[in-house]
Amino acid sequence: MSSDSVATFERRAADRRATVERTTVPEFDRALADCLAEPAVGVPLPFDGVSLANHPVEIDPSPATLEAAATGVTPVGPAVAEYGSVVVPSDERGAEAISLYPETHVAVLAASDVHASLSTALAEVGEEIAAGLSSAVFATGPSATADMGAPVYGVHGPAELRILLLEDR
Amino acid sequence: MSEERPRSRAGTAARLRELLDTEGAAVEENVSTFNAGRYRRYAEMDATEEYREEARRIKEEAIERLPELVEALTEQVEENGGTVYLADDAADAREYVRKVAADRDAESVVKSKTMTSEEVHLNAGLEADGIDVTETDLAEFVLQLAEEEPSHIVAPAIHKSRSEIAALFSRTFDLDEPLETPEELTRFARERLLERVTEADIGITGANFLTADTGTLALVTNEGNARKCAVTPDTHVAIAGVEKIVPSMADLAPFLELIGPAGAGQDITAYVSLLTPPVETPAIDFEAPGTAGFGDPDDREFHLVLLDNGRTAMREDDDLRETLYCVRCGACANSCANFQQVGGHAFGGETYSGGIATGWEAGIGGPEAAAEFNDLCTGCSRCVDACPVKIDIPWINTVVRDRLNRGEEPGRFDFLVEGLTPDAEPAGLDLGKRLFGNFGTLAKWGSRTAPVANALAASSVARAALERVAGVDRRRDLPRFDPEPLTEWFRSRPDAGPADPTREAVLYPDVYTNYVATGRGKAAVRTLEALGVDVTVPNVGASGRAPLSQGMVATATDRAETVADALSPEIEAGRDVVVVEPSDLALFRREYGKLLDDDRAEMISEHSYELFEYVFGLLEKGADPDALGSPADGDAEVAYHSHCQQRTLDLEAGTVSVLETCGYDVETSDVECCGMAGSFGYKSDYYELSMAVGERLESQFTEPETEGRRVVASGVSCVEQLDSLLERPASHPVHLVDPGGGTDP
Ligand code: SF4
Repeated sequence: MSSDSVATFERRAADRRATVERTTVPEFDRALADCLAEPAVGVPLPFDGVSLANHPVEIDPSPATLEAAATGVTPVGPAVAEYGSVVVPSDERGAEAISLYPETHVAVLAASDVHASLSTALAEVGEEIAAGLSSAVFATGPSATADMGAPVYGVHGPAELRILLLEDR
Repeated sequence: MSEERPRSRAGTAARLRELLDTEGAAVEENVSTFNAGRYRRYAEMDATEEYREEARRIKEEAIERLPELVEALTEQVEENGGTVYLADDAADAREYVRKVAADRDAESVVKSKTMTSEEVHLNAGLEADGIDVTETDLAEFVLQLAEEEPSHIVAPAIHKSRSEIAALFSRTFDLDEPLETPEELTRFARERLLERVTEADIGITGANFLTADTGTLALVTNEGNARKCAVTPDTHVAIAGVEKIVPSMADLAPFLELIGPAGAGQDITAYVSLLTPPVETPAIDFEAPGTAGFGDPDDREFHLVLLDNGRTAMREDDDLRETLYCVRCGACANSCANFQQVGGHAFGGETYSGGIATGWEAGIGGPEAAAEFNDLCTGCSRCVDACPVKIDIPWINTVVRDRLNRGEEPGRFDFLVEGLTPDAEPAGLDLGKRLFGNFGTLAKWGSRTAPVANALAASSVARAALERVAGVDRRRDLPRFDPEPLTEWFRSRPDAGPADPTREAVLYPDVYTNYVATGRGKAAVRTLEALGVDVTVPNVGASGRAPLSQGMVATATDRAETVADALSPEIEAGRDVVVVEPSDLALFRREYGKLLDDDRAEMISEHSYELFEYVFGLLEKGADPDALGSPADGDAEVAYHSHCQQRTLDLEAGTVSVLETCGYDVETSDVECCGMAGSFGYKSDYYELSMAVGERLESQFTEPETEGRRVVASGVSCVEQLDSLLERPASHPVHLVDPGGGTDP
């Protein structure tokens, strides 16, 4: 969407302890390599020109590999600028579990998928749900709790959310 | 029943004292943080009010169309491949889930937080079948280990401090090294719970919302455990009250914008999951750890248990219906001064806690289920502005109080007050309630017999009797009645009105201003006259606030009718109504809408003004502030405590502005409540709680910046409370601007 929205998204996501790195198709491999802690698991990326194939990321992992993984890579979108949220859509290859179990979730987002507001992003997700998408999670920052007396990040979900924002497409 | 009252009063006081001592500090710290966060976030968002209006509208529509939405949702979930079970009551819901578990040969179940499952005692039901049940929400996990009940609907272990949790873990798991930091505690719990999740046969969740058009459940969480519970095992059971259904996906928007801010002052929770089960995410079979890829999504099973358990009847109950709009955000608990001190173990019933708990518990289990804690709502109305769906929570508390009153048997002291208190209430009503509820009648009598009544009020024998019979705490000073009511003072004074008045107004002589604190009434008359208003002070009668606060709705209605009869001709003759006591103005503006017919209620509401709101308006229209009193040298610094209802009506600013115009330097308090709340602080059951609530105000007004300031407060009970909290006296702010300043106390 507008560059304004993207800038807002970056700021808000950072407020919520996510990291956002802008990247492009040619630079993607380097950017991803920088944030991969191994072992890593993932689901294939649907964006033209980028792929997990050149990376040590296991697709269709076994439950044991999933449990041991330090990083999970999934595509996300749409995103919400005003809250710094990304939507994790589910798929048959376990995107939901891969974004949830490992300590770090690397979320790959197309800059064109950033919406200014929650309501328009929700409308888009609503259409996909009506068309059969069975799970979509608005994720904002890492998982968190304050139940133990102070804010702690990384509870049942990831402790780190790293967003790779793909531009120029 | 009545005969046991004195004992149960002592029992209530003791129980509250214990909670104040044991859980109060942790509750206050946590809840105050949430509360402050909500204020901040509500103020920060541009469209808070629009979202609240929209959320309210959607809930009204949803509950109106409920039967049709249940059908639509059921069809949709079934079309998606899930099963829906409509459970009549708690046992029915429990049995169904037990059967699902038996059919799946389940040995273990993991749950994310669901209050609805607490409502149906689901864990006990499953455990009776030998199934291992694990709560995965960290707070619920803590409570499960501690074998305690939730103390807050959103943050159920809010009463536990970090050190208590650390001790609990050490004890339960026999740890050699004690865990200390929140990080260590969290990691420890996380690892334990991960094991349970990976071996579970069934995942149970609640649902914050259900959309009828798509069969989607929305789960609003922070930890990620609900996501894990929903997708890891191949069987997902969701349990939710029927009221969680909204017509469509698009309707979720305002709720998602509001629920994080309302609950804990978060902009949005970490996760908002929109699940349309059975989901295509394959279940993960950790028992076959080496198999590449996950299982077959088609193996998934989904059961939605929709719980009625009294909700259909609530929907047909004009007074309880609004409860069904509740989205269980906890804001009404967080914003409540009494809750902040004692938490949900006192301010709550079997399952639900906080202001709205009365509606839920009474709706599910009948009024008796709310009897123990209902009186903790003082009707201050702070929660109404906090509630994202604008539920009139105090009204629900009042109505249930009324129903409880009506259920009482006559008692043996009734004759004592019956003569004094000609009201419309049933015999058997708690004597304390009857006394406080008829304060208007008592005050009239007290004024007529002032020397005797005042002497009686000061006598320790009389005070002991009053405490024993009616629960009026003897540590409180009783009001001293003025032998000359304000109305009589006004009638007998020489005409002092302006020669060329700009407006005409009735000064409403509320019970306190008329019989007790007449000085503020006289100051108000002089103030208005100085600004060019032709004032009258007719006999109008008590507003009905006192009986309403005791749940005596019929008596309050009688009073409201009398007031309306007296004020209507004045208003029709073009006079404005000026009200000194904020709680009476709030009554005119809000509750009269429920007690009177619409036209009369609207007329009174529209033409009534709080005193300083009115003065502010006069000054805006050009009246001369120099006609008013101003600070004596070195006496310009004041500390001002606004009144609960005055704040919810947005009237604090008017007073501050007028005082500043007159040359005062004003510091304001920002506590939820002074703790007195009308008659609440006079009751022996609640005296200590009331004083504990007052501590915050006390400390705000004894800080270096405020301790030298003259104290003023708009509400009469706030003034009383401040008098007992502080060494310096408090008074109504009108005394600061009174042009005849100082002539009356
Ligand atoms: S009544 Fe309103 S404020 Fe209280 S929990 Fe329900 S939605 Fe929240």
